[in-house]
Parts: sequence; C-alpha cells; structure tokens
Amino acid sequence: MRKILVLLITLCSVLSAQSQIKIPYTRHVLSNGLNVLLHEDHSTPTVTVNTWFHVGSGYEKPGRTGFAHLFEHLMFMGSGHVAEGEFDKLLEAAGAENNGSTTEDRTNYYEDLPSNALELALYLDSDRMGFLVDAMTPQSVDAQRAVVKNERRQSYENRPYGLSEETILKNLYPLTHPYSWPVIGSMTDLSAATYDDVVEFFKTYYVPNNASISIAGDINSQETLKLVEKWFGGIPAGKPVEPQNPAAVRLNEEKILVMEDRVQLPRLYMTWITPPRFTPGDAELDVLANILSGGKNSRLYQKLVYELQIAQDVRASQGSSKLSSLFQIVSTARAGHTLEELKNVIQQEIDKIKNEAPKQRELQRTVNQYEASFLDALEKPGGFGGKANQLNEYFYYTGNPDYANEDLSRYKALSVNDIQTAAQIYLRDNGRVILSIVPKGKTDLAVQPKAEDK
Amino acid sequence: MRKIIFNSIKIIAVSAFCFSLYAQSPDRTKPPQLPAPQKLNLPAIQQFSLSNGLNVVLMEKHEVPLIQLNVITKMGSVNDPENKTGLAGLTMNMLTEGAAGKTSLEIADAIDFLGARISANAGAHSSGIYLHTPLSKFDEALKIMSDILLRPDFPQKELDRKKKDRLTSLMQMHDQPTAIATAAFNKILFGKEHPYGRMASENEIKGFSVEDLKSFYKKYSTVNNSFVIVVGDIKKEELKKKLETVLGKWQKGDVKETKIKEPAQVTNRIVYLIDKPGAAQSVINIGRIGTSRLTPDYNSVVVMNTLLGGSFTSRLNQNLREKHGYTYGASSRFMFRPSLGSFIAASSVQTDVTDKALTEFFNELNGIREPLTDADLNRAKKLVALSYPGNFQSVSEIAEQLEEMFLYKLPSNYFGEFVSKILNVNGNEVTGAAKKYIVPDQMIVVVVGDKAKIEQGIKNLNLGELKNLSIEDVLGKVPQLSK
Repeated sequence: MRKILVLLITLCSVLSAQSQIKIPYTRHVLSNGLNVLLHEDHSTPTVTVNTWFHVGSGYEKPGRTGFAHLFEHLMFMGSGHVAEGEFDKLLEAAGAENNGSTTEDRTNYYEDLPSNALELALYLDSDRMGFLVDAMTPQSVDAQRAVVKNERRQSYENRPYGLSEETILKNLYPLTHPYSWPVIGSMTDLSAATYDDVVEFFKTYYVPNNASISIAGDINSQETLKLVEKWFGGIPAGKPVEPQNPAAVRLNEEKILVMEDRVQLPRLYMTWITPPRFTPGDAELDVLANILSGGKNSRLYQKLVYELQIAQDVRASQGSSKLSSLFQIVSTARAGHTLEELKNVIQQEIDKIKNEAPKQRELQRTVNQYEASFLDALEKPGGFGGKANQLNEYFYYTGNPDYANEDLSRYKALSVNDIQTAAQIYLRDNGRVILSIVPKGKTDLAVQPKAEDK
Repeated sequence: MRKIIFNSIKIIAVSAFCFSLYAQSPDRTKPPQLPAPQKLNLPAIQQFSLSNGLNVVLMEKHEVPLIQLNVITKMGSVNDPENKTGLAGLTMNMLTEGAAGKTSLEIADAIDFLGARISANAGAHSSGIYLHTPLSKFDEALKIMSDILLRPDFPQKELDRKKKDRLTSLMQMHDQPTAIATAAFNKILFGKEHPYGRMASENEIKGFSVEDLKSFYKKYSTVNNSFVIVVGDIKKEELKKKLETVLGKWQKGDVKETKIKEPAQVTNRIVYLIDKPGAAQSVINIGRIGTSRLTPDYNSVVVMNTLLGGSFTSRLNQNLREKHGYTYGASSRFMFRPSLGSFIAASSVQTDVTDKALTEFFNELNGIREPLTDADLNRAKKLVALSYPGNFQSVSEIAEQLEEMFLYKLPSNYFGEFVSKILNVNGNEVTGAAKKYIVPDQMIVVVVGDKAKIEQGIKNLNLGELKNLSIEDVLGKVPQLSK
C-alpha cells in the first residue's frame, strides 16, 4: 500500500496588485521523498514534465570530472523496461521534444509533449529513475563517452577562446573546491570513468528523495498527481544525500595569466569570486553587471565599444550558483589595440562606481528590464526556460517554488548606494584572475604583470 | 490598475493526510495507452487596414500582459544592389541608431527604461522591426518604434561605427570553422553573384555611404510593401486607434516585386577541402539545391527531412552520433525560401574519423531513397504534426508563425489544417521526395579541418574531384582596420 503525503497545497494565483508575479502551483511530497510541483496552464494543449536531480559537477570526485554530465547522457540510453533507443523514439512518435542539461549544482531533464502524452513521459522518466542501471552496459557507457568527448571538442576545443573557462576556474578556486573544474570535465577523466562509477552515482544521487518533478501545462492537477504516484510511488527512497561542505573560499591575490590561441583578436577575462545565489550581494552584483554592460548606455559598452571603439564587445555578468558565484567581465579588443588598454578603461570604470554611486536612472532602467523579463517568463510552460523549470529552480535554491515575487523584490529594494558598496566589497583589485587570450606569438597584446611582480 | 494574469485569491492550506491509491506496481512491460491528442484552438486571426492602406494582422492573446508588434517589409538581401552586398542588413540595423533627432544612446535608453525590446534586421526576402513590450508600456514603446520606422536619421558617425563592427566580425569569422563552412557552402552552391551565395566583402563594407542607406530605405519602406503583425493582450478597436495615430501617415510608394535568378543545380560531386591546421574536429557540409517554401510537396519534404536529419532519432544523428560516436550531433535541413533554397546535411566530427563519417553520411543519403518502414514514417509524421501546437505558446512565436503565413500568402486555415495534412503524407510521397531532392552523386561536399590529417583519407573514398581552398579563398583576406 503506497501513500501520498500531501504536505502542502497552495492554490496561489497572481494577485491584482501590479507588482505580484506568480505561477499558481501545488506541491506534494510522495512517501519516497519525491517532490512534485504542478501548475495548470490551459492556453495550448501541451504539457511539460521537468525533473531536477539535485546533483551536478560540484558533487564529482577528483579524477572523475565531467561525470555528472556524462551521466546525464546515459539517462537517454534506455532503462529496465525501455530498450536502448526507445526513449527518444517513443517520445518523438508522440510528438514530444526532450533534452537535459547539467550545471555545477544540478541536472535537469524535460519532455515537452502534447497534453495527451503526459503519461508516456511519466512512464519513461519513472523507469529511468527507478531502473536505469538494469539496462546499463559498459558498451552504452562507452558510446556516450565518445559523444561527450565530441561535445567537448565541438563546444570548447574547436571553438575560439574555448579553453578560457577551464583555465580561469582552476586559478580562482583551490583544486579541492567543487567549482574548480568545468562541468564538461577533462578528456583524461572522461576516459577514466567506469561502469562501476555509473552504478554508484545512480544509487547515491538519482534517488527520488534527491529529485523534484515539476509538471506544467494543460493538466488536471488531481489526476496528474495520481499518475505521478502510480509511476513514481514505488521507487524506493535512497539514503539522504550528504550536503556539500566546502571550506569558504577567498582569493587574496591578483593572478595575471596569458594563453595563446588560434584567434585573430585578443580577449580579456577578469573574474572575481562573489556571494552565492540569493544571498546578500548577489542581486547587487547582477544589477552592477547590467549597469556595466547591459545596453548601449551601460558604462563599459558606452566607453569601450561606442565611444573609444577599441573593443568589439564587452559583457559583464554575475553567474550565480549555490556555493559561490562568479562576477566576470569579458571584452575583445579591436585590431591595433591591446588588452592593457581595455583593462585600464575597465579599471577606471570600476573605480568610478566604487567612488561614486551610480545614478538612480541606471538602477531603475535595470530593475525595469528585470521586471519585464519576469512577465516574459510566464509565457511558456516548457523547455529549459519555461515555468515548470522555474518552479523547480526556485524550489531547489530557495525551498519556495513560488519565489518569483521575492526574487523580483530583491532588485526593487536596492538603492544606488547598495550597488556602490557591492563594487567596493567584491570587486577587489587584489582578489581576481585576469586572463588574456592572445593570437599565437602575440603575448605583447596581453595584460602585463605589474612591474614589482616581474 | 489592470489585473495581471489571474485574479483569484491565494489560499494556503497546510495539511497532512494520507490516502491509498495503487496497491500494485504499474505495468511497465509496455508504454501506457494514450488518449487522442487535443486540437489546437487558436484565437481568431483578425485583419484590418489603416486609412493609408497599411494592412494589420492581429491575434489577441490575453494570458500575459505583453504585446509583440512586428512591422514586416518585403525588402531583404535579395534587394542588395550590385557591389553593395549587405546594404539591406546594414540599413535595417541603422534604424535604431538615430531617429527623429534622437541619438542612438537616447533611443536605447528610452527603450531599455521601459523594459521593452526593439530590434530591426533584414532577412533574405523581408525585413522586420520587432517590438516586444509589457502592455503597460505599449504607448510609449510604440511611439519610439514609429520614430525608428518613419523618421530614421542614418547618422554618419553611427554608420562609421557600424562599419568597424562589421569589418571586425568579418575578421573574427576567420576563426570560426562552422561559419567558414557555411560561407563556403553557400558561395559554391549558389555562386558568388547569387543573393543566397554572396557575402559582403571588406571593400563593400567600407564603401557604404549614408546616401546609399537613405535611398535604399526610401525605396522599399512603404505602406504597400509592408504589413504589421500584432499578438498580445489588446483588443482590435483599441489597437486600430493607436496604430492609426502613429502609423497613419506612412506613405505609399512604387515597389516592384523582386524576382531572382534560379540557381543552377549541382551536376556532379566535388569535394572542397578548406585547411584549418590544428582543428580538433572537421566541419562537414554536404548538399545541393533543394526546393522552395511553396513547393507542392512541401509536407512530404518536411517529413522526409525529419527522418533523414531533422530530429534526434533521425538516421544521420543515430548513425553518426549514437551508433558510431563520431560527433555530438549530425543533422540535415532544407532552407525554405520563396526561391529555390539549399538542402544541407552537416556535422562536426572528430578529426581522425573524417573519412569514415563521410562514408556514413553518404550511406544515409543513399538509404533515404529506399522504401521506408511504417514505424519510421509514423514517428516522423507524428513528431512534426503533434508537436505543432508547441509553436504557438509565446506572443513572439505566434507572430513568427503569422509572419510566415502572410509572407507566403498561405491560406487562412493553414494552422488548423497543418496537422491533418502532415498525418496524411504517405510512404511513397516521402520516398518520392527523397529521390527527387536527395541525389547523393550530385552534391557538393565542404570540409573545414586539418588538411594534413584528413586529406589522404578523403581522397581514398573517391567521392569525386578534390579541390583545396584556403580560408582566404572563401572569406577574402583578413580585413585591415585603420586605427
């Protein structure tokens, strides 16, 4: 006899107040610990099933970098009752599209289906959650290992500037830190992964109590909950997953690195370790990134690309993750200009914000754009960017699937002084990695080490 | 203030209760039986004209308070004058760089402050100004958009800046193997004079003048050469009034229908090898002239390509990725346009299996011409047909569908009939389309990769004559920018 434990039913909707942005949902927890989030949107006869496993590359063991992502690929290779190749064939024959992705913190999967095919996705997803390793063979591991190595070649090695991330991460973090390697992993580690690793990873992390499933679209919530219980209810819970507990990191030096690549133009990367997602400082740095490089009137774009025209592009971003975030400024120099020139302009602009708070209009312009983007996020249930994924994302990072309004409130509450303070605290000159990628043989275009370091 | 999305009240009920549902495990021996799919019910397509004759297409969609408004003009790269390749694209991109006396920065600031987005760009046969805005900011955004559309200034200083940007992009293309392969494929297939084959050269970019842009825009940007598509949270009468105010003065003009020369079909098989020393992968593009968007066998072609290389379970992807592990993905597509476009099969494969990958490409290109199984046929048809409602979720996606409908003058019941038409395609029609369009010994083969490592292997395949090209043969010399 299986039981559904309904912890919380929220019939929440968007209120009439203009600032309230909500995705009405209900939440349920099955007895095996699987969290279920349901949202009805009847505007088209489609449904999306979005599953998050709370494991990413940050949980990998040394010597097995890239494993969480390799495992993501294996999830499409068939399971106990689904022969190899059938997962995609059955879905396509039902008119469905599907995909998966891995970050340092989590792995997600979705199927976007016509609404009549909902149960097919539940059958397939429950089979791979419950019975994946029954079908797994060393051959299927090898097959996807080859695919993933080609993904690495295509997206990193054969792409100009493609090896920047790997170099930056290992210089920012101590090598024991789970964010010190890229999600794609190294070729050596991908070669080393074994069938036994797959079995162990599955039993440790791919358990219902370490997952949440979010279903959005043209559904009846009550009937859908019954179907979820039918297919997932019998999957046994696993042991609780040990929380990550890395030592706090702080970089107390300025590292100046140079790499050569087969490129025409040099590119500069400046990177800082910043506060984790949804913690104090995160929203401030998000806004600061927009003030620096969002749109033509942003400070760095206007200076480097629009006025001086010494750069082809510039992008600042706060890449927010669970354990810590990265603030990064990337800019490509135009022909005839050095990265030292770019760096000097960027430094001046950072110092300017540290010395004087940005203008109210710059802050408001940014917040207005965020507010509009929250509306856009309400349009689509499916895909990586849809409402089902958003419910899962907020649930994982904040414990509250309905966090959109609180999220937006973080930005609305900011003052220009908050932005200035964040720049002062986090964008330290003596705690960052500066990487120059230059054309082969053109190291003179790179940011030069300070005289006293030579 | 207006309500947003829903207006019911938030109720939180925290409760813990149990009930039993399933005493036994579900039957996993076969996939569950599915009920019949639901039909897509779209809001009506409404049409009206402004007093100046401007045609407007509206689909009301009231779930989210957003508006998508696209002004589409039949003007694109096919209209680029001789020795002025890229003029249409540059002209459109320049619209947001100064209008009605406001500077580029002022326009950008105003739009960004509203939380709206405006972009203007050109395709091959048409151009668009695309506005996406929260409903609450529609009036202000529409005013800015009308300035951009009707009163562009084309400032010299911004043109000079754009030219530098273009030249630098052209320079950066020399680094990008997939971009090199695409440029080479189109140039060789269509010829460097054909609108689908040509690419703006360094000298062409340097030569554009403000006068070029102004006269080009004036010639094509007319009421009778354009139409407006609106999707979103607004009613017809209200929209009509607003559009009349801002666009009612837009003038008619005399624009002739654009006719382009049909490209010559490939008659043999030649391999073009473009050296990219040290490349970790080889980029492969194989293809020939395909067909046009309005071809009577369009639905058969779509189903056939889905099976060949247009889906994850397609033969090319299954063979090259899943079976052999040569690549992260292999695919094929038809470029559908008013005139004959290309058919292209493509992948990036590991350098040391370039020759083997080519062999598998041709195995599949030959294989698709053979009779197919019902399972394959049904899967491809159902994927295309049953996933169709997914194209109608956001206001911008719906506007895109409407743009295609009105550009190609598709019948007004097209969206409603598409699913059944696809499901009615039969195996003979699919194989017929393959035999007609997929002719493996009449194709060009473009490979961008490390010549020293792959040339001999390719030669041994005897696919046809092998011609060596340099990146400069394709893109020209790396542009020189004066400081």
